[in-house]
Amino acid sequence: MEDVSIVIAASAGQGIQTVESLLVAIFKKAGFHVYASKEYESRVRGGSNTTELRVAGHRVAAFRRRIDILIPFTLGSIEHVRSRISDDTVIIADKILFKNTDPSTLSINPILLPFREKAMEIGNWIYANVVAVGTISALFGIDQSVGEEILNARFSAKGEQVSEENLKAFRSGCIMGAELQSERALSIRIPAPPHMEGEILMNGNEAVALGAIAGGCNFISAYPMSPSTGVLDTLASLSEEFGIVVDQAEDEIAAMNKAIGAWYAGARAIVSTSGGGFALMTEGLSLAGMTESPLVVHLAQRPGPATGLPTRTAQEDLNHAIYSGHGEFCRLVFAPGTIEQAFHITQRAFQIADALQIPVFVLTDQDFVDSYYNIPRIDVSDLVAEHGFVSTDDGYRRYELTADGLSPRGVPGLGEGLVRVDSDEHDEQGHITEDMDSVRPAMVEKRVHKRIQLLQPYLEPPTVYPHPQASSILVCWGSNYQVVKEALDSLGSPDLSMVHFHNVFPLHPDTGPMLSNAGKVMIMENNATGQFANLLRQQTGYEIPQENRHLRYSGKPWSVEEVVEMLKKEGF
Amino acid sequence: MEFNAKMYDMPQEKAWCPGCGNFQLHSILREVLAELSIPPQELVFVSGIGQAAKLPQYTRGHMFNGLHGRSLPAAMAINAANPSLKVIVASGDGCTYGEGGNHFLAQMQRNPDIVNIVHNNMVYGLTKGQASPTSSKGMRTRVQVDGVTNEPFNPLAVAIAMGATFVARVFPGNKAQTKEVLKQAIQHKGYALVDCFVQCVAMNKVNTFQWYKEHTYELEASHDPTDRQMAFQRALESEQYPTGVFYSVEGRPVFWEECAAYRHNPEPLFRRSVDMEKLQDVLDSKA
Repeated sequence: MEDVSIVIAASAGQGIQTVESLLVAIFKKAGFHVYASKEYESRVRGGSNTTELRVAGHRVAAFRRRIDILIPFTLGSIEHVRSRISDDTVIIADKILFKNTDPSTLSINPILLPFREKAMEIGNWIYANVVAVGTISALFGIDQSVGEEILNARFSAKGEQVSEENLKAFRSGCIMGAELQSERALSIRIPAPPHMEGEILMNGNEAVALGAIAGGCNFISAYPMSPSTGVLDTLASLSEEFGIVVDQAEDEIAAMNKAIGAWYAGARAIVSTSGGGFALMTEGLSLAGMTESPLVVHLAQRPGPATGLPTRTAQEDLNHAIYSGHGEFCRLVFAPGTIEQAFHITQRAFQIADALQIPVFVLTDQDFVDSYYNIPRIDVSDLVAEHGFVSTDDGYRRYELTADGLSPRGVPGLGEGLVRVDSDEHDEQGHITEDMDSVRPAMVEKRVHKRIQLLQPYLEPPTVYPHPQASSILVCWGSNYQVVKEALDSLGSPDLSMVHFHNVFPLHPDTGPMLSNAGKVMIMENNATGQFANLLRQQTGYEIPQENRHLRYSGKPWSVEEVVEMLKKEGF
Repeated sequence: MEFNAKMYDMPQEKAWCPGCGNFQLHSILREVLAELSIPPQELVFVSGIGQAAKLPQYTRGHMFNGLHGRSLPAAMAINAANPSLKVIVASGDGCTYGEGGNHFLAQMQRNPDIVNIVHNNMVYGLTKGQASPTSSKGMRTRVQVDGVTNEPFNPLAVAIAMGATFVARVFPGNKAQTKEVLKQAIQHKGYALVDCFVQCVAMNKVNTFQWYKEHTYELEASHDPTDRQMAFQRALESEQYPTGVFYSVEGRPVFWEECAAYRHNPEPLFRRSVDMEKLQDVLDSKA
């Protein structure tokens, strides 16, 4: 086997995150490629949540429907993933789960192991999860010392007893795993891939947060909102090391105005939110447009409208990002497709925002921010966070009309000039004006027309994969990159390529010709109206026919299998 | 540098009505700034929207004239990004207590090092005469046609309850006291609320200059501004309104001082650069 999908299914509060994080760490340490994604309900206890772990000899970075090994922690969670269980799925469960239920009544044939019983022998039922981790680790033939090292690192701070009992639990799980191999002839051997040194593991939220730091971010104001909160958490955890002012705002209106105030005073600020929170930020976004403030917005999408499905995934807020805010001003919207791209895009977002004095968006979604996989080491030694502001002289005018339309941005306290910004229409000094004959048109041209011109060199073309000249193309954007890539790899069709957009607005000028030169153009997005397809039509005139639009709006991410099936139906 | 009130004045025409209380307040504020010898380059005036919010337009210093109701979040952030600047917020009662009510509460909890001057004329002036959060009960307006039915908002009592570290009310008709209180507010380390009774000559025919004059009196010299209970009690007085410093406590840490960002580095954020080596370590620790 080259590629194994393990699903851990449980109720919220059963500690499956521990199982997930330990297993991922062990698999990675053992030298395999790993991917993990979770789907969870909007609750703290109960219900059914699952985590999918993929372990492989090649890179894996997308969600699969297939389950090779299922580890259920509740009976209800088996029903939750029923449609993904096949005859080939190996179910490994705690014996105690079936104390009062015959597995055959559920039409399954699980391997029952005494996880809890072993844990009780060690001293506490809470170790049952670690017993299970040991079993899985041994099943993959991973040397016991790998897991021990991970456990030591994880639990040594919690005292000798806890650390020792966890190790005992792990070892007892390893013994069961070894027995499974000999008694049931159940053994999984994945050939370890070469060149795994230095590979790092990050989820989408961490990539955005660390990319922000690389971009010089030193201020975050945010109101917690799933699925974007991880960025706030990560920056808070690094606030002392990197000198980041962290404010949990009273609401998103405040968060946005604080970010703009911080940029005004020379900080580099990010806001991180989801659709509903961003709705509250749009008033402030418009202020950024008017005051020509740089700004970086991380918008992690989830299904709406209103509260929608708080912990599920969608690509429904593209229009929200592009069209939000009253009045007219320039903006740039990125939607990263890979973890590396999320890091680099967020880093770049700060540079561009500062250089052009505009809002730059990093548009992600739940599936993207909560998923993680190993990527090659990121080298930041060449990165520099260049400040876009200048020292000012007496007589400085914040909105000086210049030939290229960019007024040098001063900050209070650097130089002799006074930095005066205004949400009213203003003259070059930043003072209220109602001069509609010359000042107003000049300011609009500066904020809109000239700024869009200045933005052109920063626009990036889409990624074409795998064939540069395929006659048929499947367009996707943002988080769908990995699932489409893997589907195309498995299909191997010589005539079909993906065109993935990470720079979603404004579009790169190559976009139109790329679409019109293709034979067949299909699109895949996670919304009901084809927001990106409509944007393509609006910006390039090219219309992707309705029957070629594959729209998903259930709140679930696409699986590799679903994309393959969809493409097969399309004749590939 | 020689400091005088005139140097804080901006040349452009002021869009306030003749007789507006904002003129007195503006002139007193400029005198105070001169007496405190604060260079305009160290001052940031922050405001929202409204007639009061135009004060920064007419005052020499840095200016962040933001959105209606949103002056306090911006001011708090400016202070946190560069604590060496003196941040003075000036906006009206509608902007601060109405549209920005949540920000008013939340910023007081943080104790940012800012001065919050609220021009309280008990009416919406720029939108031409609707009730404000502080309008008296029964006041008839073009919207509250049968008279205001809302209980008037009591900013001082709210501020004292929320833990604001400096809470005062002034009536610029009493110039000597206004000057003294503003001076203390600007020198106070932490959040300082100065609610100012200013008359709106155009839109409020009830709370006129004369009315404020007749309905205010100075807090006695014996009032102890460190006595929070007493301050709260005095803030509840409503027939006759006391003016002066109701409550003042020094030494409470301000927002930026408690930020991890300043634990090892006193520099304002704009003077810093990213430690890429450290970031490399963080990234490599994910291996």
